[in-house]
This record gives sequence, structure tokens and C-alpha cells, in this order.
Amino acid sequence: MTESSTGSAILVEGLTKSFGEVHALRGIDLAVPRGTVLGVLGPNGAGKTTAVRILTTLLLPDSGRALVEGRDVVREAAVVRRLIGLSGQSAAIQEELTGRENLEIIGRLYHLSWGAARDRAVELLDQFDLVDAADRPAKNYSGGMQRRLDLAASLVGDPKVLFLDEPTTGLDPRSRLGMWDIIRSLVDRGTTLLLTTQYLDEADELADEIVVIDHGLVIAAGTAEDLKGRVGGDVLEFTVPDRARISDAVAAVAPIGESEPHADKETGIVSVGVGGRGSDALIEAVRGLDALAVRTQGLALRRPSLDDVFLALTGHAAEEDEESAGPGRRRRRGRGGGGSRRGRGSGQGDSDTATTRAAS
Amino acid sequence: MTAATATTLPRVTDPGPLVRARWAYSDTMAITRRNLLVWYRVPAYLFFTVIQPVIFVLMFRYVFGGAIKVNVPGGYVNFLMPGIIGQTAAFACFGTAIALAQELQKGVIDRLRSMPMARSAVLTGRLTADTLRLTITILIVVGVGYAVGFRFLNGAGPAILMVLLAILLGVACCVIAAYTGLAIKDEESVQAFGLIWLFPLTFLSSAFVPISSMPGWLQAFANNQPVTFVINTMRALALGGPIEANLWKSAAWLAGIFIVFLPLSVRAYKRAS
Repeated sequence: MTESSTGSAILVEGLTKSFGEVHALRGIDLAVPRGTVLGVLGPNGAGKTTAVRILTTLLLPDSGRALVEGRDVVREAAVVRRLIGLSGQSAAIQEELTGRENLEIIGRLYHLSWGAARDRAVELLDQFDLVDAADRPAKNYSGGMQRRLDLAASLVGDPKVLFLDEPTTGLDPRSRLGMWDIIRSLVDRGTTLLLTTQYLDEADELADEIVVIDHGLVIAAGTAEDLKGRVGGDVLEFTVPDRARISDAVAAVAPIGESEPHADKETGIVSVGVGGRGSDALIEAVRGLDALAVRTQGLALRRPSLDDVFLALTGHAAEEDEESAGPGRRRRRGRGGGGSRRGRGSGQGDSDTATTRAAS
Repeated sequence: MTAATATTLPRVTDPGPLVRARWAYSDTMAITRRNLLVWYRVPAYLFFTVIQPVIFVLMFRYVFGGAIKVNVPGGYVNFLMPGIIGQTAAFACFGTAIALAQELQKGVIDRLRSMPMARSAVLTGRLTADTLRLTITILIVVGVGYAVGFRFLNGAGPAILMVLLAILLGVACCVIAAYTGLAIKDEESVQAFGLIWLFPLTFLSSAFVPISSMPGWLQAFANNQPVTFVINTMRALALGGPIEANLWKSAAWLAGIFIVFLPLSVRAYKRAS
């Protein structure tokens, strides 16, 4: 933190917003210190985008208040617009125009002179590795390049606070890593950043603080480490290639778990929290699986991911539609699910060789 | 939490009205420039605007025209051209509605609304570019008309006024279309809705046939709707004849459209989401 970073760049108190019967936000509080990154984590429909739209003056809240750099987003919307940058879920660029033209016109709309707008465009094209493509129409850009151009456009006005709404949704893994590098370099310059994501690794990677939103409420807040602490220690995880043996695998590791094991029938992945027992738990698991002759792959002990956190907090996974978050949940874990699957399958007589490969 | 925010507020002063007016102008120009650049890069977007009226001219001149009896100097082609030019101007607004609906869907308008630019500029810039598009299209159609035998019979001054009136009708329709585009938001629905209001207004008018040839109940509508007033005025300007009554009614309708739909469009833009 630098000296100027005292105070909140973003302050939100009791923010609510409903669309008819849908309560998108049901009283959200946030405080983002200057120069830091807040990761807003939640599934589709959790209210993340609604919050961003209110903070960027695109939507009026029903109640509560939101300040950006101390300015009220409702009463001082015009001032707020000069302090912020927004990059939304889709690339909001004019596809027919070149990257350079897009940035120059945005520069003009920030009331830069023509010369300054041109210079700023060159600077950003360079920073975002778009120099070679600068004079090609943006519609010929790859998805990653379009998102970079969109992010560049949000920086033309040199914002104090930047809002990125799911900046890597729909990008391939390589473009995603590239985007992370760019976002990190922005943060290094002291820009305050609010980033929404449904990717838990993304929040872990980029954010200083994380708030988890579900159904319009903040259900947890803290650093990535704090949140991982909620799961309580390490997770033992392995894959069962023969799906019919999953119930046996669950039975084999149930005695060593701190909580009920979770099994995913589709992927064959079984995981169980083992607290601080580390390699002892690993050895017991290998013995148990071997005794029941369950064949596994990639048995390993790992630190809990934010995925585990989300499941522990909400009972459902982060990367699923809110609509489908009812009875037909794709992945369940812990108290919510697991148990119903235990009684199924009875492949005791299988002739699988136990080739449990334990990772040390 | 609250106390902490008051420590170091960035210095942001509110610009005065003069600065704001200058910004509104330069923002409008920037958006206009952007729209013109898009057409320059992808001229296909202008295809419908220009080709459709040319096809109509040829079709009505050579296919239907022979069967339509009119009593104007120079025959049906002279009756037809002011009508087609009026319809061309009105139909040009499809482009306005579709472009705005697209920008809304792609998130471009969100980006612009989160910026410190004038709230009216996306609309005024769109309308400025559309006015240019209208003017060029109308001049092309007049040229095609001349090639198939149309002639202005009332002198150059009234001919220019006729073109200006057509442009005004076109811009009025663009303002209505801008509102529909921003309010309906979905490109295809916007297009379908355009057909619903523009087809009756242009075809159930004096544009293509004398209203006296329609059944009585239809005449009641056709005789009292704005497109008829404007086209009658245009026809009188092009060919000569009495003008007064139609001119005032046209002016009143056009003014009414601007007064009602400009604020509606600006409001729809501000609330667009």
C-alpha cells in the first residue's frame, strides 16, 4: 500500500436491487481500499453484474448507497464516470473499425485532443500487444485480442477505479493467462480494481480480498487463505476410472475423512477433507483402497481450492447456472449431497488390480 | 468505514455550461465520425437503403405504373417520384433502429454510458450520420428518377425544398426508430416492429396511388396521416399546384414527432440496460 491508498476507493452499504420478483441484490456491503483488488466471486445470477452496473452508474439501486472515490454513484454520477473504467462481459468494441480507430474515438469521447487521443491509442496498443493488429478491423481479431482491446478501451481515460466484469469468461486458457498478466501489471501501477469472476482460481490469483456472493448476498469475505481455512485443512483427491467402484472408494476413505467424502459420478473424482493429518491420511487412504481392490488415478493431497470453499459455504459449485442450482445440481459435496450416493453399486467381486498411485 | 472515505478525495470539478456544450458538440462529432467510418468500411450496410428504392422506382415505373391512372402533368412517373422519395426517406430509419439495438446488445452503449461523455451524443451522432446517409440516398433516387423520365416542373428552388422536406421526414422517422431500437433492444424484433408501423404509413398514403382509388374506410386513414401530408406537399413542390394546407399539416406533424420522440429517445438511452 502506498501513502495515498488510505481510505476506500469503493464503499458500498446496504445495496439492494430488484427486477420485479427477482431480488438481484439483497443488501450488499463492500469496502475496497485504494490500490487493492477485490475479487467478487459467485455463480451466474448471484448479483455480481448488477452490483457492477450500479457502481458504474448504469443502473440505479433501490436502496442503500455506493461511493466511488467518495462520490455517490447516484447523485454524482457524472463525476464518478470520470473516475472509472468498465470492461464488461462482452467485448464492447466497434468490430468494423480497427483497434487504433476504436481507441482514438474513445479518447475523443474522453475529451482528449486529437493529438492526445492518437498518442494514448499508440501507448495502449503497445501496452496490450496489439501493435501488429492496430490497423486491422477488430472483427478479424481473436477472442483474446478483442478482450484486450476492450480492456485497453476501458483504460483510455486513465481511471482511478477499474471494474472488470468477468474479464476472462469465454477465453481459451492461454489468453486467460495473458489477461491475468495484464491485469497484474495494472494493479502494480496502483489502479484500484474490482473484478467479478466465477472462476475461483482467477480470484485466488488476482485478488487481495475476496467476497463471495450468492443469491444477492455476501456470504463470505476475506483473503483467499482465510476462505480456504474455512474448509479446514488439506483435501485428499483421486479419480476412480471405473465409475462402478466409486461407492467402494468412498467407503474406503470415509473413515479417514474429517467430513463426508464427496464423489462426482460423472468425472469419477472423489475428494475428502483430511484436516491437518497430511501424509498419515494419504497412507491410510492407500491402504483402504488397496484392501478393497479399488483402482485409482492421481491420488494426491492438495491445499483446498476456492472451489472447495464455495461448496463448503453454499452447498453447490460456483460454475453452474443459478437456474440449475435446484435439486438437479451437477456437483454436490459435504452435507448437501454425497450421502445419497453411498448405498449404490456393489462391485465387490471386481477383479481390478489395485494400482493405487500415490503422489507424495 | 464511512470516515475513511473522506480523507483524500480526488479533485474533480464540475465543468460549466459552456464547456459542456462544447463537449456535447465534440462528442456528437466523434460518434458521427465513428458511424460514417463503419459505413465506409462495410458499404454493404448501405445496400438496403439505396437498392430498395431503386428497385421500387423501376417496379412502379414499368410494372404497376401502366395500370395506375393519375391526373398530373408528365404522367405517372411524375406522380410516383415524390412518393418514392418520401418512402425512401422513411424506410432509411430501419438502419437507425437496428444499429442502436445492436450497440445495446453488444454492450457498446453500456461502455459509452459509463463514460463522461454527453448523454445525448450517441443519439445526435447517430442522427447526424443518418441525415447524411438520407441525403445521399435521396439524391441517388432523384437521379434514377430523372433517368426513367421524371422531371421537376416547378423550378429549382421548390425542387431543393422538396428534397429538404424529404430529409426532414426521414430524420423524424429516424427519431421514432431510435426510440423503438433503444426500447425494444432486440435486433430482429426491432426490424419486425419497423415493418408494422412503416408499411401502413407509407403504402396507405398518397405515395403510390391516388387516394381516391382506395375504398372509403381506407381513404379516411390515408387522407389524414402525416406521410400523405408530407408527400402531397413534396408533390406540389416538385410539380406545382396548391400547397398551403398540406405544408402546415406536415410542419405540425413533423414538429410533433420531434417534440415527443426526441426526449423519449434520450430517456430510453439513459435507462437502457
